[in-house]
Amino acid sequence: MAIEVRIPTILRSYTGGAKSVEGAGDTLAGLFGDLDSRHGGLRDRLVDEAGLRRFINVYLNDEDVRFLGGLDAPVKDGDTVTVLPAVAGGMR
Amino acid sequence: MLTISHALRAQIVAHARRDHPDEACGVIAGPAGTDRPERFIPMLNAERSPTFYRFDSMEQFRVWREMDERDEEPVVIYHSHTSTEAFPSRTDVSYASEPGAHYVLVSTRDESDPEFRSFRIVAGSVTEEEVTMGGPAVPADASESAASAADAVLAEPE
Repeated sequence: MAIEVRIPTILRSYTGGAKSVEGAGDTLAGLFGDLDSRHGGLRDRLVDEAGLRRFINVYLNDEDVRFLGGLDAPVKDGDTVTVLPAVAGGMR
Repeated sequence: MLTISHALRAQIVAHARRDHPDEACGVIAGPAGTDRPERFIPMLNAERSPTFYRFDSMEQFRVWREMDERDEEPVVIYHSHTSTEAFPSRTDVSYASEPGAHYVLVSTRDESDPEFRSFRIVAGSVTEEEVTMGGPAVPADASESAASAADAVLAEPE
């Protein structure tokens, strides 16, 4: 068993087109590092100096990880992590 | 080119007017790969702002998962501008993350003219496209069976 990570359309260039990849880690940060070792550049799209990028939503199973400790959120085998770029915009 | 029914166009405009002076936003889902907007899904603007919109994170999660389960895609992503023209702004372009979607904009700056326009936004590049009225008018809350019944009626040779 591993951790399933669902990848949105615009990030599938990092996964060879795959909409779902597997990874391992004890925390979300560890998981993203593990993914980045096989899909170079993917972590930079998810994380910046301040932590999780503001307009990327990441869910652990059915919850937004912002409420679970963000990058420190514990993850384990059998979990599903879903990445969805925020849908947003405005006048300017 | 965006092909959309009169009914769906009217629902977008009505939503924009109802939420004015805040920006309104939402999705029209359609069967994956068909480019047909069918299922109207108005979304909460979590920013509740006259100058910015953002889908609520958990609502987006539920809607995207539901589309996945129904083998649908977001065919149209719409929002309104409340005091400027219906053209994608710099922030609209920088946050556009569904390259397959038609980005529909309306403006509520003039009560009599919604300025309904559609754009493709791919890799930071905006292209306006023609909007054609047409296609099946499936009601907003259509269930799976109602939608396929409507298709069957339209397909039946008389």
